[in-house]
Amino acid sequence: MSVLFDHGGEILDGFYATLLLTVCAFPLALVLGSAMAICRISPVRPLRILGRLYVDVVRNSPLLLVVVLIIFGLPDAGLLIPLFWCLVLGLGIYFGAYVCETVRSGIRAVDRGQVEAARAIGLPFRRVVTDVLLPQAFRAMVQPLGTILINTALGSALGAAVGVAELTLETRSFNLETAEPILAFAVAACGYLAINLVVSLAVRLIERKARVLR
Amino acid sequence: MNEDILFDALGPRAKARLRTVSILCGLVLTAIVVALLVQLGLAGQLDLDRWAMLADGPILGFLLQGLWMTLVVGLVSTALSVVLGVFLALGRLSRTRWLGIPSATVIEFFRAMPLLLILFFFMFGLPLLGVRIPLFWQLVLAIVAHAGAIFAEIVRAGILAIGRGQSEAGKAIGLRHWEVMAFVVLPQAARALTPALVSQMVRVIKESSLGYVVGLAELLNNGKVLSEFSGNFIQAYVGVGVIYIVVNILLSRLAERLAERKGTVKPQLQERS
Repeated sequence: MSVLFDHGGEILDGFYATLLLTVCAFPLALVLGSAMAICRISPVRPLRILGRLYVDVVRNSPLLLVVVLIIFGLPDAGLLIPLFWCLVLGLGIYFGAYVCETVRSGIRAVDRGQVEAARAIGLPFRRVVTDVLLPQAFRAMVQPLGTILINTALGSALGAAVGVAELTLETRSFNLETAEPILAFAVAACGYLAINLVVSLAVRLIERKARVLR
Repeated sequence: MNEDILFDALGPRAKARLRTVSILCGLVLTAIVVALLVQLGLAGQLDLDRWAMLADGPILGFLLQGLWMTLVVGLVSTALSVVLGVFLALGRLSRTRWLGIPSATVIEFFRAMPLLLILFFFMFGLPLLGVRIPLFWQLVLAIVAHAGAIFAEIVRAGILAIGRGQSEAGKAIGLRHWEVMAFVVLPQAARALTPALVSQMVRVIKESSLGYVVGLAELLNNGKVLSEFSGNFIQAYVGVGVIYIVVNILLSRLAERLAERKGTVKPQLQERS
């Protein structure tokens, strides 16, 4: 057990880095994904094509490829940003595509009668969207968005493949230094389980709040 | 709901405005693309001889060899993860607690772990415990553990989506629980899950890119070798990306085709990447 106290600090640092990566990348994915969803829904043809292209390209390529292309491609294109932010950017771009599809299907899940009714009583477009469409769409999006948040945390483990010292990479070195694989991986597993648990609980809470009684 | 009912059918003036906005957006997007290309060009990344390597026979062959390995990993892992997923789902749905609780634990545990952590356990953890597995199986087993747990939840959703009446009818004619599952519920679920099978393969192919970490000569790993060998990082990875996208889009098309032919609605399942 004493090895854990000797090296525990590094694992904690790794856990902190994983959290930080997730907290930075998820909002990016949310913003990018929502913007792209608006593009895909809008009647403006070039924007629709852009959204479609983005989703098709990103969802069909591996996350590691996106990350690696950013890390090695950006410097070659004359843009230098720190490794950590490369990973954040990669995660944001990748999971943005999933956010985009979630937002779109959340909006699709709203019964069309709701919108028709709102327009029939003379609500202007803006209020149809903000007062009728989005609150109901949000309810359908909470669960999948929570899944995407968890996936972002899991995806940040790819930092270990490119040299960002997060939980998985720290676990690897902890394992190699101490030769205590069971302990090392059990501690890391607890970290990821904790993230999973917290997000799941939060999703359940938000879902209960967002529920509309019929 | 379709987006088209959000506003009225457009009148002539709105149509004209929409056309103007479309053209403007098109121009802005084109400008952005041009700016990006100019930036790339200034960095010397658009030089023909940098891209020419992708049309070079032996180099293309090297990448296609990687693709072959990716497909082999993809097929083997998909097959194994589907089998594992079905058994885990059945275990979780079984009424005996000593099967249900362990299955649920395994599913939830592996769904919560990043694939790379599982892979590291096979790569660095197990050898310390005296267990050595070949490279190929390190990657495949890690993917199977992760993707199998995800597929188990998809199968479970598919089974639960089959109407209760079906299994009640099965029980009414005196079938046992496993007989109801094997002869009544699973065949129907399997039909609804055919498209999910293909998207499982897409997911596994994407995950097999972690061969980059293990050093298994699959597509992304070969792209890495090519990029380091030639020094053309953007070109190598873009080439690899195009191959991934083409293969995966072809597979997704296949899934859509299957869904249409079966005449079933694609089950609403959560996409886990």
